[in-house]
Amino acid sequence: MKEYQTITEISGPLVFAEVDEPIGYDEIVEIETPNGDTKRGQVLESSSGLVAIQVFEGTEGIDRKSSVRFLGETLKMPVTEDLLGRVLDGSGQPIDGGPEIVPDDRHDIVGAAINPYAREYPQEFIQTGVSAIDGMNTLIRGQKLPIFSGSGLPHNDLALQIARQASVPEEEEGDDDEGSEFAVIFGAMGITAEEANEFMDDFERTGALERSVVFMNLADDPAVERTVTPRMALTTAEYLAFEKGYHVLVILTDMTNYCEALREIGAAREEVPGRRGYPGYMYTDLAQLYERAGRIEGREGSVTQLPILTMPGDDDTHPIPDLTGYITEGQIYIDRDLNSQGIEPPIDVLPSLSRLMDDGIGEGFTREDHEDVANQLFAAYARGEDLRDLVNIVGREALSELDNKYLDFADRFETEFVDQGSETNRSIEETLGIGWDLLGGLPKQELNRIDEEFIETYYPEDAESETAEEVAAD
Amino acid sequence: MSQATETDAVREDGVIESVSGPVVTATDLDARMNDVVYVGDEGLMGEVIEIEGNLTTLQVYEETSNVAPGEPVENTGEPLSVDLGPGMLDSIYDGVQRPLAVLEDQMGAFLDRGVDAPGIDLEKTWEFEPTVEEGDDVAPGDIVGTVPETESIEHKVMVPPDYEGGEVVSVDGGNFAVTETVVELDNGEEIQMRQEWPVREARPAKEKETPRTPLVSGQRILDGLFPIAKGGTAAIPGPFGSGKTVTQHQLAKWADADIVVYVGCGERGNEMTEVIDDFPELEDPMTGKPLMSRTCLIANTSNMPVAARESCVYTGITIAEYYRDMGYDVALMADSTSRWAEAMREISSRLEEMPGEEGYPAYLAARLSEFYERAGKFRNLNGSEGSVSAIGAVSPPGGDFSEPVTQNTLRIVKTFWALDADLAERRHFPSINWNESYSLYTDQLDPWYVENVDENFPDRRQWAVDVLDEEGELQEIVQLVGKDALPEDQQLTLEVARYIRESWLQQNAFHDVDTFCSPEKTYAMLGAIETFNDEAFDALEAGVPVEEIQDIDAAPRLNRMGVQDDWEEYISDLEDSIAEQLREKY
Ligand SMILES: Nc1ncnc2c1ncn2[C@@H]1O[C@H](COP(=O)(O)OP(=O)(O)O)[C@@H](O)[C@H]1O
Ligand SMILES: [Mg+2]
Repeated sequence: MKEYQTITEISGPLVFAEVDEPIGYDEIVEIETPNGDTKRGQVLESSSGLVAIQVFEGTEGIDRKSSVRFLGETLKMPVTEDLLGRVLDGSGQPIDGGPEIVPDDRHDIVGAAINPYAREYPQEFIQTGVSAIDGMNTLIRGQKLPIFSGSGLPHNDLALQIARQASVPEEEEGDDDEGSEFAVIFGAMGITAEEANEFMDDFERTGALERSVVFMNLADDPAVERTVTPRMALTTAEYLAFEKGYHVLVILTDMTNYCEALREIGAAREEVPGRRGYPGYMYTDLAQLYERAGRIEGREGSVTQLPILTMPGDDDTHPIPDLTGYITEGQIYIDRDLNSQGIEPPIDVLPSLSRLMDDGIGEGFTREDHEDVANQLFAAYARGEDLRDLVNIVGREALSELDNKYLDFADRFETEFVDQGSETNRSIEETLGIGWDLLGGLPKQELNRIDEEFIETYYPEDAESETAEEVAAD
Repeated sequence: MSQATETDAVREDGVIESVSGPVVTATDLDARMNDVVYVGDEGLMGEVIEIEGNLTTLQVYEETSNVAPGEPVENTGEPLSVDLGPGMLDSIYDGVQRPLAVLEDQMGAFLDRGVDAPGIDLEKTWEFEPTVEEGDDVAPGDIVGTVPETESIEHKVMVPPDYEGGEVVSVDGGNFAVTETVVELDNGEEIQMRQEWPVREARPAKEKETPRTPLVSGQRILDGLFPIAKGGTAAIPGPFGSGKTVTQHQLAKWADADIVVYVGCGERGNEMTEVIDDFPELEDPMTGKPLMSRTCLIANTSNMPVAARESCVYTGITIAEYYRDMGYDVALMADSTSRWAEAMREISSRLEEMPGEEGYPAYLAARLSEFYERAGKFRNLNGSEGSVSAIGAVSPPGGDFSEPVTQNTLRIVKTFWALDADLAERRHFPSINWNESYSLYTDQLDPWYVENVDENFPDRRQWAVDVLDEEGELQEIVQLVGKDALPEDQQLTLEVARYIRESWLQQNAFHDVDTFCSPEKTYAMLGAIETFNDEAFDALEAGVPVEEIQDIDAAPRLNRMGVQDDWEEYISDLEDSIAEQLREKY
């Protein structure tokens, strides 16, 4: 391995060096500064004679006399089941003072794409205990379902609640074999120490840490390192899922910081920027992370992703949420208005979506009426929301009796169905039960999304008569 | 892809000069534009995209990690081509026609690099039945025999379009591998069941004709309001989650095409898996055969190499054209053309080309129109008629239709199905906005509807359009004063419009029955709403208050027409009950 002292230029996170041997694209580089620090980086562009290096830990302290070593391989993550319970920094080095990690294998962090022909279509319902998710935007094992939030909103509480409560109903029946234990991978990118503590405390309190691997890149850690952290996390997740049979839940937060790091590198390379200054290849780059969720035919485990992103200016047309929504299998919106009304979790179900829901619910998965009930709740809540605008103008009295029922429905939907608190864990039956209870406030013939048979079975007995009485009393 | 055959064109190897993601430059490479090359020690597949003096720029279809300057580049001397022959149906390929099933066998569940595989199995034998005899004269494009390719499709073996043609001097029937010669001509040309064709070049045809038959989709809003012709073009733009993919899947499932080529271009892996899982189980409503036996899938998902994403739409349309040449109606779906455009942009920016609007290369519009130009109804070289219908999803950033890909596409395509996030949020599916969407084929397709569905079809459609328009205007007033402030006849119009929207325009793709709706049923369902309309206005005129009209028991049953298997009886009963219940009131 040759050492060079040939740095020609240092610019932002990039270092350019002259070389006299061929250097591989993506290869790992170590740069030693005059005061003895070693920084790691990666080859971004390699031409004969000159390479461009992206330095993970920041270029601070590097000068033209620093020495550059090329390690002849791409970035690897040492993987082993012993990682469970460990806390690592954003590039995979232990920071918990624990024993050295003896790897079982070393995996390239740029994971190869899963052959779509080898995938198994995810269909297994995960009960999160959160009605707005289970009932309306169901999470499925192997899904990538991001949380679209804004700064200062309680997205972390929701992520933690899901991590705590997530279960697969059949597990309760105890037919789960050893091979499919549950694990959590937590990848933090540029979050504050305070936020990180929120997660760590909860993991410790609930004992979840033992079955977790934590990767920490905090706000004051180098930004460029953030481009590596999720890849380290996902490489570990894939290993645990597809080689060791774990059902892995990966929480990545905050994807917005990740994207900012990409933008920074792009700017330093003087690339032609895409929309709002983000690199034109950001879609591809994000896809290479998000598509690492899923199931593979013939393998036990699964990788479920729950990335969190804060939308700059609460704007979901911003490139970060926009490109994410185009790749992930739905999204859960955290809403500022609901939050200020004290609804907990403040999930706005209307723009939220779970694309894998249709095949993972219904008879044999959740309950026969699930899809119809969800559709009806969506339609009724949307109608109630519309009427709220109108009511502001004309007042409630100007509306028909039916319209007033829809208004009541929308209010109750928020306070009874969505607002459950962060400690309540509802079964899917409870969730659907509350749904029917709310639908009982509407006349039967309004339920046009629901099969007549289900109305027969589930429509609350007393509701119709109540409605009739009200009419009589008018 | 095509395994470039040994030709004398093999040229000097070059040497890698630089590597930056999918773009590699090489020196000393003797190559022509678009030649396929093998890059580096691992022999990764790539294509020549720029030549400048001694420096050649290549786009590489596989990951380039660890590829270094100094490694060799080998030129095949052939442009990027596909293998065409029996075995493409019921197959799933990546963007450069490597069969994903074969790749899985060779390298497991994850896509490794440097593995190549022919687009069609070179060893498998097929039963060739000649349709020519010795002494017959054959010209380019002519059919010389048939092969039972799948349960539903008979594959026609044709004289390649770039042959001269001549007299048949020998012909063999029986079982052959695709590389074996089955017909020989007097000028020495040999015809196999397999041919190659460069993907970036349209296959020739005699002429383009005006399409006059609809591509029946089984989707009410499409067949009923915004039909596409067989040989037509359509765009489906919409923000994420608005229903582009489900609409494309619905078309792939239920459209009455002979052949479906589905291109998953830079989208989700699981969506392709869903097709692979579902299609073999589903039946073509026209033929009763498994859907997969008429389908060819091309999957270059978002996490697969970006250069292969650029080529996958070409691979798809070339395969489509080949089946068109046999005289088939082919429907091609590309989900999403925006990802293809972005792949162009990504490569272009690495080439440091002058960026046009939003960073897209200046040739974006030209590439899009070249692509859609390859669709159409054609008179083929062999005299048969065939068509390629092209339906492209568009994924505008932030859902804003003013962006370059949407705008340039709209300038070309003749059917526009505008998806609407607001409708999707309230789970009005398909979320196709009826005010913004249009079809420029309606006039030329009307005679077909008149002849095959009902004389009154165009009028009934116009009635529905008028009611929806009126509703749009009335809604603006309602937003200000509430519904009850409107006169009764207008309230009734709103009620009728609501039924058109909720029971006719809405269609649940996931309901066993509702997922497919024949044009006859589409027409009859709208008829039932029209009956309600007519009877209701008669009643109103006779002095029945509008609330009483709305409240009849039969009316909500309109909402359940879509899910009826036995719809004829249901609808005629329903129409009777509506009339009866309303007439009772006066
Ligand atoms: N015709 C339909 N019937 C029922 N649900 C639909 C229909 N179209 C779309 N959907 C719902 O909308 C979701 C998003 O649709 P999709 O086609 O994946 O959107 P896009 O491709 O535009 O992002 C689907 O997962 C499904 O739940
Ligand atoms: Mg889609």
